[in-house]
Amino acid sequence: MSSTKTTTSTKKAAGRPVRRRKMRRLTGRDKLVLGLLVGIPLVIHLALVWFPAIASVFLSFTDWDGIGLDTIHGAGLSQYVQAFTNDPSFWPAVTNNVLWLLFLIAIPTPFGIFLAYQLDKKIRFSRFYQTAIFLPMVISLAVVGFIWQIFYQPDYGLLNSLLGTNNPGGTYLDWLGDPSLNLSAVLVAAGWRHTAYIMILYLAGLKSFDPTLREAAAIDGANERQTFFRITFPSLRPVNVIILVVTVLEGLRAFDLVYVMGGNTGSKQGLELLSILITNNIVGESGKVGYGSALAVILLIVSLVVIIPYLVQNFRKEQR
Amino acid sequence: MSHFQRRSPEPWRVGMLAADRRTVLKGLLGVAGLAAAGPLLAACGDSSTGAAAGPGAISLGSSGSEPTAKAAYQALIDAFGKSGGGTVKPNIVDNNTFQKTINSYLQGTPDDVFTWYAGYRMQAFAKKGLLHPIDSIWPAIEGNFSPATKSLCLGEDGKPYFVPIYNYPTAVFYRKSVFAQHGYQIPATYDDLIALAGRMKNDNLSPFSHGIGSGDGWTLLNTFDYLNLRTNGYQFHIDLMSGKTSWTDPKVKAVLEQWGRVIPFYQQGGAGRKWQDAQQALVDKKTGMAVTGMFVATSFKGADLDDLDFFPFPVVDPAHGLDTVEAPTDGFLLSKSPKNLDGALKLMQFIGTAPAAEAYQSGDKSNLAVVTNSDTTKYNALQTKAAALIASSKNMSQFGDRDSDPGFMSDVVIPALSSFVNDPSQVQPTLQSIESQKSRYFSA
Repeated sequence: MSSTKTTTSTKKAAGRPVRRRKMRRLTGRDKLVLGLLVGIPLVIHLALVWFPAIASVFLSFTDWDGIGLDTIHGAGLSQYVQAFTNDPSFWPAVTNNVLWLLFLIAIPTPFGIFLAYQLDKKIRFSRFYQTAIFLPMVISLAVVGFIWQIFYQPDYGLLNSLLGTNNPGGTYLDWLGDPSLNLSAVLVAAGWRHTAYIMILYLAGLKSFDPTLREAAAIDGANERQTFFRITFPSLRPVNVIILVVTVLEGLRAFDLVYVMGGNTGSKQGLELLSILITNNIVGESGKVGYGSALAVILLIVSLVVIIPYLVQNFRKEQR
Repeated sequence: MSHFQRRSPEPWRVGMLAADRRTVLKGLLGVAGLAAAGPLLAACGDSSTGAAAGPGAISLGSSGSEPTAKAAYQALIDAFGKSGGGTVKPNIVDNNTFQKTINSYLQGTPDDVFTWYAGYRMQAFAKKGLLHPIDSIWPAIEGNFSPATKSLCLGEDGKPYFVPIYNYPTAVFYRKSVFAQHGYQIPATYDDLIALAGRMKNDNLSPFSHGIGSGDGWTLLNTFDYLNLRTNGYQFHIDLMSGKTSWTDPKVKAVLEQWGRVIPFYQQGGAGRKWQDAQQALVDKKTGMAVTGMFVATSFKGADLDDLDFFPFPVVDPAHGLDTVEAPTDGFLLSKSPKNLDGALKLMQFIGTAPAAEAYQSGDKSNLAVVTNSDTTKYNALQTKAAALIASSKNMSQFGDRDSDPGFMSDVVIPALSSFVNDPSQVQPTLQSIESQKSRYFSA
């Protein structure tokens, strides 16, 4: 923060001559190169971010099977009406997304912070613990999904074999099938991975934390809890914000795990998610691109509602 | 160079560095440009080799990812090569993925020939102009098929598109040894089937294999289709599938109510089990029966295969009896603009002949040849019985998601039926939910 301020002030102090000299030095060739260096990323950004986003908004007001541009028909708000009033998977999907988000905030995130804090204390084998805890993050989500799918398999899966809950007729826990169990089962897997992510982010933050602050607190007679909540946690605010944003995004874009563990039906009872409904409608055999786009726009709006306040807050701080 | 270098090293170094940076930039741009041009060049190369080399490799997109299917298709390709047809390059994709991504596949750079299904599901693509008709070779092979099969190959415009390779009946499969051990009788009516299921449960056997776990909800359609065909007849079923009849019709309600009687006898935990595991349960004698396609035979090896038998789905309403068999037909289609059109047509023509059917059959004993003049003496007992079942049936339906809009089936009907199986008391809400979403798929 402070460093950016100083650079801007020195620039101002140096005044115009510097800038003018700089301008003269740019030859036509330099301008071309600079233009390309800025222009190419700009074009890529426009093509890969803004164009699809705006196209999705446009398509959400149409009905299109995804084959040939001439089959796009205007449909007004009907796709949204369908989503809000008729689609039996829509509201469960929204609810599940919210549950997913609340769960990540409530359990894996604090737990990840806790682990990071413990690992920062230079305990023995700390490298080993770090690696072990971070491992789920290294494996791709699809593989994580497969691993847990094998855990949860009702007949010969590890969990049911250990618990003895795989005898038909008696107790039989169908972890991924039972609509009242499957979301919790998947959330455990998601939490396992999310904890790793938060742990590494927070550990990085803690490494940059000035230990003298902690020592000072200790000298002032603060106990460990007080030191963490009154000193460490508040002074790691930038990291905390990043963690919050990451958690929210993970909650909203949750997809891979359910896609693998729930089977790619998407509308499997108990495991509906907006991201999966979107994929199913757009990729499926009789493409419902319009409807899928409408769902995508809804998800986009929800994400913006979460992200914009954060960005606004941050920009304000920089201006100050 | 060296002389110059020695005299004034400073400017040289600076110049070199500058030049270095620029050349690197240029190089980068050049690479980017090449990368962009790459596909174009490749495309040129491809089409030119295809045209110049005449019978270049024909690409074949195949969803036959199971070992049995893979071997059988390879036998077919080898037979085509031996007949002097040319080389075929198979491109095998996992079955579920193949179906799921078929839209983008056909609009991208599809293979010349690809595996697909007969019925509404093929006609929809023909209507959207994603297929190449095969009228030039059709007269040569048309005579090899029965009238019922022939009608499956035509698009809505009356042009032929599809060359079938095999079909298979859907029925109730069981192990002879299990039935003999407990003294079970083949049920003639649906009531008998329920009674039999009750007996199996008492004998500590899960009566019906059930696995709709990993996107396998389609397996429910086996039972739904048959209950509807047996309760309401062939015509009603086809009308319902093609969106003409309302799903809230009391006749459909009757079907779900009948279904509700058998659901308590399903293998537990089906919602989390893959269909392959459900079939394995039949092999392992953990379940007594499976309502499924004859492809279940691929799970049975050696002596187990001889132990596998089936009976037709029993009678619900005597007015309809056993007059319909569900026999999905698989085969091949040509993509919109094949790179090697001549070769692809030649391959399609070959597929419609007896040698091709026999080559395929040599690798896969879980299907039946559709070419009427092919050699059936190598059929095993199961195949012979299946062929007789198909021959004796008046009507032949395909499969829920082939007789209907597949998106409607996969996104609306299958999820609704899956939750119905989970809670069979929800008859009316299930049907209402299906009906309220139907118009989105059949309006056009």
